[in-house]
Amino acid sequence: MADPSSKLPTWVDVGLLPLINVALAFVVSGLLIAALGQDPFEATWIMLRGAFGYEESLGYTFYYTTNFIFTGLAVAVAFHAGLFNIGGEGQAYIGGLGVAIACLALDQYLPFGLLLPICILAAALFGAGWAFIPAYLLAKRGSHVVITTIMFNFIAASLMVYLLVNVMIKPGQMSPESREFTSNAWLPYMHEVLGWFGWEVAQSPLNLSLLWALVCCVLVWGLIWHTRWGYEIRAVGANADAAVYAGISPSKIIILAMCLSGALSGFVGINEIMGVQHRLLLDFAAGYGFTGIAVSLMGRNHPVGIILAALLFGALYQGGAELAFENSAFSPDLIVVIQGLVVLFSGALSYMLRGPMERLYLRLSPGRLVEG
Amino acid sequence: MGEDFLLIILTFDATIRVSVPLILAALAGLIVERSGVIDIGLEGKMLAAAFAAAAAAYATNSAWLGLGAGIVASVLLALLHGFACITHRGNQIVSGVAINILVSGLTVLLGISWFSLGGQTPPLTGDARFKSLTFPGAEAVRDIPVLGPIYSELLSGHNILVYLAFLTVPMVWWLVYRTRFGLRLRATGENPAAVDTAGISVIRMRYLALILCGILCGIAGSYFSTGHGAGFLREMTAGKGFIALAAMIFGKWRPVPVLFACLLFGFLDAIAIRLQGVELPLIGEMPVQFIQALPYILTVVLLAGFIGRAIAPKASGVPYVKEH
Repeated sequence: MADPSSKLPTWVDVGLLPLINVALAFVVSGLLIAALGQDPFEATWIMLRGAFGYEESLGYTFYYTTNFIFTGLAVAVAFHAGLFNIGGEGQAYIGGLGVAIACLALDQYLPFGLLLPICILAAALFGAGWAFIPAYLLAKRGSHVVITTIMFNFIAASLMVYLLVNVMIKPGQMSPESREFTSNAWLPYMHEVLGWFGWEVAQSPLNLSLLWALVCCVLVWGLIWHTRWGYEIRAVGANADAAVYAGISPSKIIILAMCLSGALSGFVGINEIMGVQHRLLLDFAAGYGFTGIAVSLMGRNHPVGIILAALLFGALYQGGAELAFENSAFSPDLIVVIQGLVVLFSGALSYMLRGPMERLYLRLSPGRLVEG
Repeated sequence: MGEDFLLIILTFDATIRVSVPLILAALAGLIVERSGVIDIGLEGKMLAAAFAAAAAAYATNSAWLGLGAGIVASVLLALLHGFACITHRGNQIVSGVAINILVSGLTVLLGISWFSLGGQTPPLTGDARFKSLTFPGAEAVRDIPVLGPIYSELLSGHNILVYLAFLTVPMVWWLVYRTRFGLRLRATGENPAAVDTAGISVIRMRYLALILCGILCGIAGSYFSTGHGAGFLREMTAGKGFIALAAMIFGKWRPVPVLFACLLFGFLDAIAIRLQGVELPLIGEMPVQFIQALPYILTVVLLAGFIGRAIAPKASGVPYVKEH
């Protein structure tokens, strides 16, 4: 999405500048690795191999990517309405709760074909519900949505501990986990599905949620750029006061965008609870919600960009785990650092290079500057 | 009665100990927000300071040098925040999120690289920690009913950062309401264009506010690892920066109410453990998770406008663009 205030041509604005910003984040990460006394090129090589080198690692990379697509889309939808939904963490957590409740209640009665749509609906409703309260408070009472969504992350964490320790725990068990769902509530793994078609691949947690994530990308793209709702969301995001004159109710759009955002975050529960864990447990959503912010910023709030950014972060997660396994000087926390740097350079400092870039472009191609 | 009274005193004592970083961080947030900059990176700054303080205190065996390192780390991050969202007019929330994520990873990464203890620093002993100060005569008056325990348990026996934190409240109040700097600070947060017209640099005011914020967060972070605790643990600030943010809103951006909000949230923290499994009259048993979530719930209720109105400084979160 091009910034209308930019004097640069679209390909520089949407393609080159974001790439340079991400590259800067990686250069700083490399310098940091060097400062730790390690070889950044070797580390990059181990991470690349660890992320894409063999079938199993590829499965893990795509499995992480799935979560990041959901949370990245969630942040993007809210961004288009000019809102910062920093509550993806809590919405994903509560979305998983919805999936677990549906599975625990119905897995003895319903076949998989009926359970799946119910679970998707439950994830969406619970995630959206958790976003609805901050959205309502912003729309009707002007409460700062960043602060309320942060608070709701912590409230979700407390609620889940309470529910798992006191209510949903499997009786006679020490660790706070629910009972395992019966196997008709398990989303098939990708290696199983491919096996049905005679294509044997290595086992990994990758499951059919990836397909749903890609469907969501298409749906979000269609919604934002090709529907009336999407137009209204973008109108409110661009200028809420002007949108009122176009007959758009900003408070309705705020609630709509936040609920859509919460629903998308909630789908992390499909991947994690229905796809991998097959039970409800603590902290299964840890970190995915916040990474969604980085993914969305890097992907410039566009589904195509988000898929690419999610893949990058999926590779970083998997490659980083591999790196920590091979070289004990690294911990998976290196990924957290890189993630922070990406948010810093792609997000907070995204305007830093625009001025110099505009001057450079002017010098290289005089007269071609787009009049802004 | 004696037993119960001592229990109450000990609960208040614990309240004071856990409130200290909240007070410092909430006042830090107050100062920057009054200048028109939102800072959700309080958490990250405290965590960085906690790590830097523990590492420096371990290396030099001096808690004071640790404190200095903590403040430097925190101020540097505050300047980074300023560089991103004052100089380059980046999104203040994004910048805060970036700092929080960055620090969360960096402290552990550096910790493993330097100390090989899974992200912790070695335990601090002796001069590497701030020691408890015993007031004169604290031992002598201990047995006097009521006043004795109050003096010897509640008032005496904390480390210097605790007293410093409480002293910071009147200092910040004085700074914000009684000095020329404070007047300009508040004006910058409400109407930066007017401040600019008066010939005062908005950018300079906001940077100064961020440096003050960095110093306070630095002290708060150092308290975690060299005062309250004895060494750095991964994620040791455990969301306290966000509770401080909540307390700042709960206190409506005013120093004295912010102090009471911090004490309230600290008290909830201190009794949460004690109330576990205790039957309360009328309510019955209170889930400990509910008490832990109460600061967040209260803040949301306040923001919703059900307990008075929380109105942020008007220009907070808006980058200032000078007219040409």
